[in-house]
Amino acid sequence: MSAGQVLAGAETAEAVTPSDQHGRPAAARARRPRLGDVLLPLYALLAMVYLMVPIAYTVAFSFNDGGRSNLSWRGFTLDNWKNPCGAPGVCGAVVNSLTIGVMATIVATALGTLIAIAIVRYRFKARGAINLLIFLPMATPEVVLGASLLSQFLNLRINPGFWTIVVAHIMFCLSFVVVTVKARVASLDPKLEEAAGDLYASPMQTFWRVTLPLLAPGILAAALLSFALSFDDFIITNFNSGSVDTFPKFVYVAAARGIPAQANVIGSAMFLGILAVVVLGRALSARGSRS
Amino acid sequence: MSALAGLQGSASAQDVQEQRDAAGGGRRWLPYLLLAPGLVWLAIFFLAPIVLLATTSLQSPVPDGGVGAYQPAFQVSNYTEAIADYWPWFARSLTYGLVATALALVIGYPLAYVIAVRARARPLLQQLLLVAVIAPFFVSFVLRTIAWRQVLADESLVVQSLKALSVLPEGARLTATPVAVIAGLTYNFIPFMTLPIYASLERLDQRLLEAGGDLYAGPLTTFTHITFPLSLPGVVAGTLLTFIPATGDYVNAAILGGPSSSMIGNVIESRFFRVVDYPTAAALSFMLMAGILVLVMLYVRRAGTEELL
Amino acid sequence: MAARLEGGVGADGGADLHLERVSKTFGPAVAVDDLTLTVPSGSFFALLGPSGCGKTTTLRMVAGLEAPTAGRVLIGGRDVTATRSHQRPVNTVFQSYALFPHMDVLANVAFGLKRRGKKDAVRSAREALELVELGHLAGRRPGQLSGGQQQRVALARALVNRPAVLLLDEPLGALDLKLRRQMQGELTRIQDDVGITFLHVTHDQEEAMTMADEVAVMNAGQVEQMGPPEELYDLPRTSFVANFLGQSNLLQGEVVGERGGALEVSLPGGGRAVLPSARAAATSGSVVVGVRPEKVHLIPQAVDGSDGSRDLDEGHGAANDLGTGRVVDVAFAGVSTQYVVDVPGAGRLSVFAQNLGSSVRVRRGDQVRLACAPDHMFGLAGDADLSAGLGTSGTGGDAAASSSPAASDEPVRAG
Repeated sequence: MSAGQVLAGAETAEAVTPSDQHGRPAAARARRPRLGDVLLPLYALLAMVYLMVPIAYTVAFSFNDGGRSNLSWRGFTLDNWKNPCGAPGVCGAVVNSLTIGVMATIVATALGTLIAIAIVRYRFKARGAINLLIFLPMATPEVVLGASLLSQFLNLRINPGFWTIVVAHIMFCLSFVVVTVKARVASLDPKLEEAAGDLYASPMQTFWRVTLPLLAPGILAAALLSFALSFDDFIITNFNSGSVDTFPKFVYVAAARGIPAQANVIGSAMFLGILAVVVLGRALSARGSRS
Repeated sequence: MSALAGLQGSASAQDVQEQRDAAGGGRRWLPYLLLAPGLVWLAIFFLAPIVLLATTSLQSPVPDGGVGAYQPAFQVSNYTEAIADYWPWFARSLTYGLVATALALVIGYPLAYVIAVRARARPLLQQLLLVAVIAPFFVSFVLRTIAWRQVLADESLVVQSLKALSVLPEGARLTATPVAVIAGLTYNFIPFMTLPIYASLERLDQRLLEAGGDLYAGPLTTFTHITFPLSLPGVVAGTLLTFIPATGDYVNAAILGGPSSSMIGNVIESRFFRVVDYPTAAALSFMLMAGILVLVMLYVRRAGTEELL
Repeated sequence: MAARLEGGVGADGGADLHLERVSKTFGPAVAVDDLTLTVPSGSFFALLGPSGCGKTTTLRMVAGLEAPTAGRVLIGGRDVTATRSHQRPVNTVFQSYALFPHMDVLANVAFGLKRRGKKDAVRSAREALELVELGHLAGRRPGQLSGGQQQRVALARALVNRPAVLLLDEPLGALDLKLRRQMQGELTRIQDDVGITFLHVTHDQEEAMTMADEVAVMNAGQVEQMGPPEELYDLPRTSFVANFLGQSNLLQGEVVGERGGALEVSLPGGGRAVLPSARAAATSGSVVVGVRPEKVHLIPQAVDGSDGSRDLDEGHGAANDLGTGRVVDVAFAGVSTQYVVDVPGAGRLSVFAQNLGSSVRVRRGDQVRLACAPDHMFGLAGDADLSAGLGTSGTGGDAAASSSPAASDEPVRAG
């Protein structure tokens, strides 16, 4: 091809594909959307809808004027929300769940944090065995945990009740706390504690002023996880509660004859409350990291 | 810090060892002190009960004793009888657990991928999606499952529509079927599957994907050869967190299932509370636990991620 | 403002540091091997060596972060070996700065003073920040500062406590070249002002030489040679020092005679060299002679083998003929041009010729003769390992031409 032909060809090409204001031909600007670009977001949307179905149902039926069984839609009412403790036993169960949750969380978080620090920071014999011991409760089905603990209580002639629930919850939350805090401890630069010692802080002072504050986010996450697990636990609680009700147990037992709408109200309220807290928390941390 | 500083920082394994030695030297007893309270708790309320479970599983009924009266013994036949009577339930639990885990993986992985990789450019969207994934958690597990029962009930909108669209034959039902149980199990464990995979993918270096493209890998190849292998720790964690509780669950089966779809967990519960047959319940529990443990150990060994612990 | 800390502080604020037969082993591995070392009060001392040579371990033993397996550590005459780090009048500037991320800059700097119960900790902290010109950033978090700023905060945090000895663990490693040069100057200035004893650990030989009053080159847990930088550079005593500090051309030779304080050595590939006996470690038998590349004269040869018009820099007194060979590599490095010449029998020798605008151009493939002055040669023990210190060099080559450390293309050394 001669130079002239090449130039001519180039000009024709230019004319056919219009350029944008920067002189780039259109084809370079707009890629044809690939299948993945459309499918994946669509999929995510569908998945979100799917995840929300039972929640939508729960929230919707909290407004139902459904009487005792609340199984079919009868009419919209705000009465349930105005009177959340209307159904007998609901609020008592919720209070129990909250109390147990707080107590179990405090103890499990404290004990678990100490274990996590010890495992990550120190070398000692039986480290492998101890890691295994921590891991086992997470790998054991709740049925087994619940049943075995109940056997233990019966054997010791302890009647299952409020305190046995607390004990059981501490037991299974411990492992989760350890795993969560372990990750945080591992990411903690040991040089920071060395620096503290270098700057005349005794080991105790180092722990309180440097180690603990830096571990705080991990400990907080572990505490939240522990509380969530405790509040929502059904199987282990069911085995070890005797006649004491927690919220999940109340709902399960009530499911046979019909769950009062108040339970939906509590569930929805918790959902909205936690949602608000989480969103707020994320917004605050996003603001914090930007400044 | 420049890459060079990173190199210098990891100059020698010796440095790491120095740090560890410095931390542990001189106060040998400190780690044990830290470990003691928690480990004692676990020993009393986890280990001892499991041991007790083992002994209970070998007990024999007190002759002429009432319901629930058992005495220490070494009746290994408890195990053999339990297996003979209940192996279908074991098989069913295993099946449901595996299917639910597989489904959760199929559903959860793309979800995690969208959040971790596709939404990376938009942190706000990412946060929103993450919250949406864990939001089901905020409603009590039992409430969620019961909600599904209502949604899948014969008179519900969903079922009526499916029948109208001829997807469901006229006389069929969704509740009290294995489908419902597995669906419930899958749903309840999607966050457990999605979050670890998300955590793994979130750390995926975008540049690795670019390098793959630079070396002539198409999108699918990039996924199978680069993305998926690198997300494997998350996948392993997610599958474990799903399979273990799912197999031992009985709530989903109790609420969404019927007599033909009950799982081993239901059997254990009923043996414990209704029939008051402690040895059989204990034997079944032990076998369930051992079975799961063996599978988990094999799986973790094969996947090569022992540091999961 | 001389400090009064426990441990015999000198009038100018620093104290003597004495390491007596200190060893540290980790299981079978020996990190520091029977080290004895004195750092005079108020001096700037550098521990120089490649990764893994034990310099960081030594520093940590002085800081109290590591306990010696054997030996004693004395600060200001007082034996502090058994004390822990928070009990010693020593402060460290860490390589990664180790600033507390959950406290602001001011709290970081005041940390040590507060732990010691000083009344006006905050005021002193502010003054220290002013000293490093960061007073305006007192309220920021470490994560919001640049690398250079973090480094200065770390320095202020250590200095404000007026320690008897200040330890610096490769503190400039993460900074880019320009910033590093700037900080080197500032550190020297501060040390002059404040008079505290500085112990600086680094693998960067340029850093050690420019900043320190005295340098100890360490290798495999031991000190190879110790002394003022000029002395170490001019007269290395081991091949490790010769190769690690700057570059050297090393040649295995044989002493053939000694006359009037000068040693005559036969070189590989024929030829004789002369060097003062005082500059040789061995005066009989085999000896390894060396000369720095910048001290070698490059004399272009005409095709018939005679000397070219003139040698490149018109050096005289370059009486030692190192041999004639072919130029195999020419690298223009701004200040100098670096040549590699293949001399039969001797191997590849490096020459750095300062670019003085000479019109004589030497190209690859040219025949050249190499020569050097007797006073520029040094002699090492005959069994010296010619390749010691080569693989693990600190920042490369010609000081003026070095850019990013550990990435420079150094001409191949004589082997």
